[in-house]
Amino acid sequence: MTAALSIRNLQKTYDNGFQALKGISFEVQPGDFFALLGPNGAGKSTTIGILCSLVRKTGGSVSIFGIDIDKDFPGAKQQLGVVPQEFNFSQFEKVFDIVCTQGGFYGMPRKLAEERTEKYLRKLGLWDKRFTQARMLSGGMKRRLMIARALIHEPKLLILDEPTAGVDIELRRSMWEFLQEINAQGTTIILTTHYLEEAESLCRNIAIIDKGEIIENTSIKSLIKTLSKEVFILDCLEKLSDAPDFGSFNGRLLDEHSLEVTVEKGQSLSELFAHLSAQNVSVTSMRNRANRLEELFVSLLAENKKQEAEMGE
Amino acid sequence: MSVSPQLIWTSFSTIFRREVRRFMRIWPQTLVPPVITMSLYFVIFGSLIGSRIGEMGGYSYMEFVVPGLIMMAVITNSYSNVVSSFYSAKFQRSVEELLVSPTPNWVVMSGYVLGGVARGLIVGFIVTVIALIFTSLTIQHIGLTILIVFMTSVLFALAGFINAIFANSFDDISIIPTFVLTPLTYLGGVFYSIELLSPFWQALSKLNPVLYMVNAFRYGVLGVSDINVAWAFAGVLLFIALLSGWALHLMRHGKRLRH
Repeated sequence: MTAALSIRNLQKTYDNGFQALKGISFEVQPGDFFALLGPNGAGKSTTIGILCSLVRKTGGSVSIFGIDIDKDFPGAKQQLGVVPQEFNFSQFEKVFDIVCTQGGFYGMPRKLAEERTEKYLRKLGLWDKRFTQARMLSGGMKRRLMIARALIHEPKLLILDEPTAGVDIELRRSMWEFLQEINAQGTTIILTTHYLEEAESLCRNIAIIDKGEIIENTSIKSLIKTLSKEVFILDCLEKLSDAPDFGSFNGRLLDEHSLEVTVEKGQSLSELFAHLSAQNVSVTSMRNRANRLEELFVSLLAENKKQEAEMGE
Repeated sequence: MSVSPQLIWTSFSTIFRREVRRFMRIWPQTLVPPVITMSLYFVIFGSLIGSRIGEMGGYSYMEFVVPGLIMMAVITNSYSNVVSSFYSAKFQRSVEELLVSPTPNWVVMSGYVLGGVARGLIVGFIVTVIALIFTSLTIQHIGLTILIVFMTSVLFALAGFINAIFANSFDDISIIPTFVLTPLTYLGGVFYSIELLSPFWQALSKLNPVLYMVNAFRYGVLGVSDINVAWAFAGVLLFIALLSGWALHLMRHGKRLRH
């Protein structure tokens, strides 16, 4: 099967000598919901910039649904929709005009562009604002406007660069639902985000980029399985004056109603509950101390930093 | 390259329509000021002062100055429309809407340039209508007149496009109009015939490209010119080719739009 996105040995060195990408390679399969994660300055936006021609690569190759950008960039661009991190529309144009005009840039006849504009503005809850100048919209509405604009030509591959940054929880959830809906309809989605719970709940596969290199590229499930331990917070019914006996688990009393317990790989939660129950400690609820993906992400970056330091010595 | 003629046409007409929509939306800023300025020129230079100057080039001063003023309006408006519109798109990053699309660079350039031409010609037309209040105009060579005004408009719209690509701030888009375009236009035979100048200043004036355009236009309208009109057409064509090539090179290889 032809990959939705195939990146081979992609390199970018800026004029000032900064090497933003040091030969990264990865593939995204059609229909996937893919997370591209990394700290600030890791090379995510440079990669996206190359895919949509705003940044010129200095080496390597990129194919979008089998179309090599060096051979047929316009053809590759027809397959691609991009929602950038920063607002990049005319603040003085009306919402309807911004989306409909973008259709024209992809060669869509006016009537079709108008129909699609209505379809996506309605889906994204912006139809009532269609005659409003973009500068009058709230931050969340501006983000949705950029999504509608990116979808006007119904691309097979949609790339979203931090689409939910600065968006309130309710709106973020509704955007997740919308993205899951279009993914279920067959659109391949690549997402960059700093909200790792977003990546964990939406994406199936992941690439982590750090200092211009891919340091992990696998499925989210496989990555989560590599967690050697998880730290849970347990809320207890009774008031606790001292920490109970945790048996083979590591734990501590956080406050008079909550405990923090570390569960190593191979240990069973049932065993923990049974042990606490025997001491008349009733657990009413539990949660991860931090997002699981976040813990992995932080540890992978730390490991990468350590390896670099060792190589430097 | 899989760019269909339909995509090229749709994309071009979309850019062009958006440009026209933009300057029509803000008509008090784009269409009214040049009309007021030119009307004042007609009243002060053409009517009040001009009546005491007498004939120039065999025509009344008002008749002589009108073609130059129309051309001046076309030049400044073609230039300023493209430079301000394309720089604003760069500043707000809305130019990325076009750059990420399959629209070829030459279509982007043509759309903006012809948008500027549209404004230049509309302002030129309004100024011509106002000029008719002050004097009668009998156009001697209609085809030549239309051709030179269109070509001049294209040339200065292209210059505005290049200025916008280079500009890093709003100051940068006013430097060329203030320090280059205005002096060249005022010294380009709009208000006087270069026959009035000494041989040295006549020779120097002939290095000014605006002189050729103004005189070619004046030749089209009045049938008189200080210079050979064929040279004017050849020069404008050459500069259009050079500036188009430069603009496309900047779009393809320059670091101002793509890093």
